Amino acid sequence: MYQSVFTNRREFIKKMAVLSAMTAAAGMFPGIIFAEEQEKGIPDGANLDWKKAPCRFCGVGCGVLIGTENGKAIAVKGDPKSPVNKGLCCVKGYHSIMAMYGKDRLKKPLVKKNGRYVETSMKEALDLVASKMQETIKEHGKDAVSIYGSGQWTIPDGYVASKLFKGCIGTNNVEANARLCMATAVTGFLSSFGLDEPMGCYEDIDYADTFVLWGNNMAEMHPVLFSRLLDQRLKRGVKIIDFATRTTRTSMAADKTIIFNPQTDLAVANAICYEIINNGWMNTAFVEEHCNFSKGLTNMGYGLEDHYKFTDRPEAISFEEYKAFLEDYTPEKVSGLSGVSVKDIKYLAAHFGDPNKKVMSLWCMGMNQHSRGTWINNLVYNIHLLTGKISSPGNSPFSLTGQPSACGTVREVGTLTHKLPHGVVANKEHREFAAKIWDVPVENIDPKPTYHTVEMFRALDRGDIRFMWIQVTNPMVTMPKLKRYRDGAKKEGRFIVVSDVYPTPTTDIADVILPSAMWVEREGLYGNSERRTQYFEQMLEPPGEALSDTVQLIEVAKRMGFEKQFYYKDETHIEEIYSEYRRHHEGKKHNMAPLEVLKNQPGAMWPYVDGKETKWRFNAKYDPACTNGKDFHFYGKKDGRAVIWQRPYEPAAEEPDADYPFWLGTGRVVEHWHTGSMTRRIPVLHQAMPHAYVELHPEDAERMQIRTGDMVKLTTRRGEISLPASVNQRGVPAPRQVFVPFFDEQMLINDITLDSFCPISKEPDYKKCAVKVEKA
Amino acid sequence: MPIKSYLVHPKQGKKGEVANALSNMDQCEVIAAKNEELLVLVTETYSEKEEELLREQLQQFRDIKLMALVSGFNTPKNT
Ligand code: SF4
Repeated sequence: MYQSVFTNRREFIKKMAVLSAMTAAAGMFPGIIFAEEQEKGIPDGANLDWKKAPCRFCGVGCGVLIGTENGKAIAVKGDPKSPVNKGLCCVKGYHSIMAMYGKDRLKKPLVKKNGRYVETSMKEALDLVASKMQETIKEHGKDAVSIYGSGQWTIPDGYVASKLFKGCIGTNNVEANARLCMATAVTGFLSSFGLDEPMGCYEDIDYADTFVLWGNNMAEMHPVLFSRLLDQRLKRGVKIIDFATRTTRTSMAADKTIIFNPQTDLAVANAICYEIINNGWMNTAFVEEHCNFSKGLTNMGYGLEDHYKFTDRPEAISFEEYKAFLEDYTPEKVSGLSGVSVKDIKYLAAHFGDPNKKVMSLWCMGMNQHSRGTWINNLVYNIHLLTGKISSPGNSPFSLTGQPSACGTVREVGTLTHKLPHGVVANKEHREFAAKIWDVPVENIDPKPTYHTVEMFRALDRGDIRFMWIQVTNPMVTMPKLKRYRDGAKKEGRFIVVSDVYPTPTTDIADVILPSAMWVEREGLYGNSERRTQYFEQMLEPPGEALSDTVQLIEVAKRMGFEKQFYYKDETHIEEIYSEYRRHHEGKKHNMAPLEVLKNQPGAMWPYVDGKETKWRFNAKYDPACTNGKDFHFYGKKDGRAVIWQRPYEPAAEEPDADYPFWLGTGRVVEHWHTGSMTRRIPVLHQAMPHAYVELHPEDAERMQIRTGDMVKLTTRRGEISLPASVNQRGVPAPRQVFVPFFDEQMLINDITLDSFCPISKEPDYKKCAVKVEKA
Repeated sequence: MPIKSYLVHPKQGKKGEVANALSNMDQCEVIAAKNEELLVLVTETYSEKEEELLREQLQQFRDIKLMALVSGFNTPKNT
């Protein structure tokens, strides 16, 4: 029978409990010090040099102080000056520095020769990367080369990647792993408001009375922010409602948990809107003054086939038409489909409808990795718009991010195929603007987007793409329906370059492996979930020949003949790149704080106007970009109005049936950062969660005579995998559902997931496919 | 197997005594704030019943002004 390391996990949970309490204490007594716990691990008499940095292990963006001595990071603590975490951090944060010191850290470039990796110098490796790229362009055209980056790219990494590929080479083959986690949030914001990223900020937590968590296991995924919610409950008695498909640690701490059937959040959200209108809870003045109603295309498909294309066609509708549409979503009609009782639907709606309650909605992957993800994002905005609970302290629909710079690097720099740092490639003015700053002919920038992430890996499989450079991410663990893309990447005639800090299943498919400088071994900037840009200086020397991803890209660009555009000097390149980048966002709607400001404080939120950050966008009281003379101005849309969308319920791409009778959903665990390539090298985290598992509902387990630790075989139409069972442990899925974390490269759950995606955002739905479950 | 954390507010000047008393109990771990009259208490018990008894016991402490639960992880069975 399979054995878990239980003792360590209990220690770990204890630590979580301590940290929650300390965070709560920090909220009540700013500046409170728990010396013993905070300075544990700091050697006596150490003469440490403490410097600030944003944590690199999630999108919350906590400020940490890193203590170095004799060229080594030896301690870490929360930055008391950071408004994000007020001096505390979670277990991943506390152990973050250990991720730099794993035994098998990549230190020398490796080049594959006759099936074996051979050490080479960085100079030779970069020469090879540049010449291979040029050769591929010559033979197969510019759209045969591509770069795939990450929300863990620093802002300068993503910026130079975009400039090289879009501006200089002239291909839009630029994508990042945030397509797999945040693309839906982007299309949700763009379709409802015309501009990306949350209107509010974390300070909303201090004012809201009710928190609705939409499929968001915040206790594990955003632990410090969740502690801030618990702190508010302690102080003000706020309510935390967990609306989810599975019982988690968040459920244990919530005031109420409401479980819904996968995909039916669409129907429940519409039922809430129905209730709001039907009970007279709509803020009519707000809606009349600031909103339009629209509908889009339906039955869009799921992107399962190669070359799938979809463009929505919005059409204005009247309020009466919208109201008539909602007649199909009465609580009574929705209850059967969703599994949520009429009473609970009304309970949820009443929280939004109560004019005396401020409500914050929070979500992350549950709503974004959804085959109708853009729709569910729109529907949650509908609820906030109908009640006018938006863009003001405590009234805040807030989409959280998973990675430290998914917002900063991918969404703001625009490292997606259709994007530019300011605007989109399809827009002539935006192309001209970017070309001028990049110092390239405008014709270089192709007006047509090429491949989104799933399609990019399909193109690699088909042979349309021949060269791919992968930086700071591990797609050979994270791509859905992984086997196809792994086999595709290994085909003859493909050349793959991987920049990383440790060997991973992705370096396994590489022709060239470039060792990267990690986090504070180089200088950089991240942008977190609340539009906060944070700077960190280089505190340590990278090991061996490891080099920052920014410099790797600059060096290859120069070798390809783009010296003029990559003029940056070694000592000042980050400052020069950031100053150049800021020019793309000049103006009251998106101005970024100067580097000097970011060096001296724990970050600043954009738009940064006249020396001040903007906490609540679109609200004239706080946002200097509002110019319509009204209280609110949704200036992302030409007429200054936000859009309330008519979006129906539609089923998922693959639902349980007689052959595959269970739902399979995947996700993360608190101990591990994404694919675990770093956190699995931190002994305390690895021992606390050494391997993946499959969670089953106790009734299903009993029927199949499965106990915790027994091996369970999961079979989908893509293949099969066996994992140890977890029954009644950390999380409990609903009956006929199973949950598997994706961090474990020894148990690759993505080999059997489905590559369906939201047709608007092209973000895959990792939460839903059909699976057969058997005792192995 | 509940693990819970509390913020414990001792009566004025009693932080040290409360911290000592709690540290002497098997199921308790205490971290005292350096610059405020506040303690973080983590309790680890084998069952809800034991947890309940412990809480009752703690509530008898005369030097504790207020005890507020911050987080509770009920780790079923062997975790
Ligand atoms: S919550 Fe996220 S950013 Fe904060 S310390 Fe933990 S991992 Fe780091």
